[in-house]
Amino acid sequence: MRRYFARKFVIYIVTFWVAVTLDWMIPRFMPGNPVDGMLARMSLQPEAANTMMGYFLSAFGLDKPIWQQYLNFWSALFHGDLGISVWLFPQPVLSIILNAVWYTIALLAPAIILSWITGNWFGAWVARRKRLDNSVLPIGYILTATPYMWLGILLAWLFGSVLVILPLSGAYSYGMSPSLTWDFFASAFSHWLLPFLSLYLVMFGGWAIGMRNMIIYELESDYSHYLEALGAPQSLVRRYAYQNALLPQLTGLALALGVIVAGALVTEVVFGYPGLGYLVLQAIQNEDYFLLQGVFLFVIIGVLLANFIIDIVYVAVDPRTRIGMTGGNR
Amino acid sequence: MTGADRPDATHPPSPVAAVDHGAAGAEVAGPAFTPGAVPVLSAGGQHRELREMLYFALRDKRILVGATIILLFVAIGIAGPVIDQQDPLAYVGPLSAPPSAAWWFGTTTFGQDVFAQFANGLQSTFIVGLLGGGLAAVIGISVGFVAGYKGGYVDEILNLVTNVILVIPTLAVLIVFAAYLQARGVIIEAVFIGLTSWPWAARAIRAQTFSLRAREFVDLASLSGMSSWKIIFQEIAPNMGSYLFMTFILLFGGAVLIAATLDFIGLGPTDGISLGTMMNNAVLWSALQLGMWWWFIPPGLGITAIVGSLYVMNVGLDEIFNPKLRDI
Repeated sequence: MRRYFARKFVIYIVTFWVAVTLDWMIPRFMPGNPVDGMLARMSLQPEAANTMMGYFLSAFGLDKPIWQQYLNFWSALFHGDLGISVWLFPQPVLSIILNAVWYTIALLAPAIILSWITGNWFGAWVARRKRLDNSVLPIGYILTATPYMWLGILLAWLFGSVLVILPLSGAYSYGMSPSLTWDFFASAFSHWLLPFLSLYLVMFGGWAIGMRNMIIYELESDYSHYLEALGAPQSLVRRYAYQNALLPQLTGLALALGVIVAGALVTEVVFGYPGLGYLVLQAIQNEDYFLLQGVFLFVIIGVLLANFIIDIVYVAVDPRTRIGMTGGNR
Repeated sequence: MTGADRPDATHPPSPVAAVDHGAAGAEVAGPAFTPGAVPVLSAGGQHRELREMLYFALRDKRILVGATIILLFVAIGIAGPVIDQQDPLAYVGPLSAPPSAAWWFGTTTFGQDVFAQFANGLQSTFIVGLLGGGLAAVIGISVGFVAGYKGGYVDEILNLVTNVILVIPTLAVLIVFAAYLQARGVIIEAVFIGLTSWPWAARAIRAQTFSLRAREFVDLASLSGMSSWKIIFQEIAPNMGSYLFMTFILLFGGAVLIAATLDFIGLGPTDGISLGTMMNNAVLWSALQLGMWWWFIPPGLGITAIVGSLYVMNVGLDEIFNPKLRDI
């Protein structure tokens, strides 16, 4: 188990380093200085612009030698300083992100967990049941082939524009401000429902199909045939197959996280949901590279954390990791 | 597996789960790749086997339907821009017109022809799929072969690289790269996607290579003094042909979905139109609120139909290549 975690740890460290370095490079090697854009929008006199330029360059730390900027970036990072937003100048990037990140988590966490549980259950139920398999499976494939934003667009159009029973965009009604009242919760829930649903449905299709395929594979393996030959009831064989199929599905969840996060980002854009995806869009449109940088960093940390949690769950579920069989000793 | 991945010892590569990591819409999952069981070809039986495969392929409804849908969209993508040779971004028609005989898919708020955009967008979709999926397949397959066949330190290093790229949310990196470029073409987009979406394929193929490496005919080849490259390409690769082909199909679908995601947040090709860009424009100009369904339904439907058909075809192919799964 120690070997297993040691390996994991190395991967996490290297990944984090690579990601942060990439992240640091973004605004530095981007054509066009971000400060130029900001000054252009202020439309100042030439002399004033020069002074302001110098001020902003030093405010963003862009006037130092490149290696020092890199070291400063790391040290600022560990102090929780992600710089200052250009779009919402002079708000610090960190506080903008901290305001938004909870919306993304509120969408993603339930969608991932519920779709994984129900999708696996459903896929296992469908597998090798002729009728169901033939009628339900195509739906699963269509769902998993659907781009997240398109399902979001369809749902928003259907429920928000045609039927007018759910709101089209935002996280709560415009007239409200966040408070601990029932009215606010009801409003927040009705705004949350559609983006949640579009994420949930696409993922559900993927897990259901993955599980269905795994179960068929497991039912064809030697231990299943052996159990059958011993006269074990079909339900028992299926239960063993299910338990074995869950592990690759768990690995699959870890692998899919990056894609899922991307899906959440575009879903938020569709629904104007004020999470990280909305910030990404704003950052791109306003050429606010510091904000983009900060969001990227949060996404990385989030994905790494989620991976870590899955690793721990994996150890809890799979005894082989605990006795040092780190796989593949064929 | 000396690699630093999760211990899926008895679950070979578990590509079923790993599959499609690259797909923007379809997380894991989808498409079947049944792990294990790579049938070894014998020289004499090859011809008969091919005929048998063709027989089953033509009998398989999933393959027929999937291939028909894809060919239909290829035809629209090729014929559309030829029949009506106009700039898909030109303002040619009435504003916000619903579909009619003159404007098959209606027009946008600005009087652009939605059908012309759709047909041109299909072209970019296929380019991204072929090029991005192809590039990812080449990288993934090479890395998988080398890591799986060489083992040892080479394997360790390649594995580390693979795992790092696997964990980094590559779409976030793509967003950053795309935002960095002022002018972007479909080709560049495809190359970016290809460069970042190969890791799961490398992992799956590495595991397959690993199991083939232990076979007698590989031992024999290496005893007879064949070079590693020759063994990989002449002994190992031919026995994984079907597997490699399915990997490419899945990477194709994944590349299409990633491109749609990028385009949708306004980072698509700056010099043309794509299906994702169409959806972006539709949302940006309130097609939802105005009820202009003809603007945003075709592009999403096109992507879903193409990617869905690929996935469904893949299940059919899986059963043909892997007779164990056929239920007759």
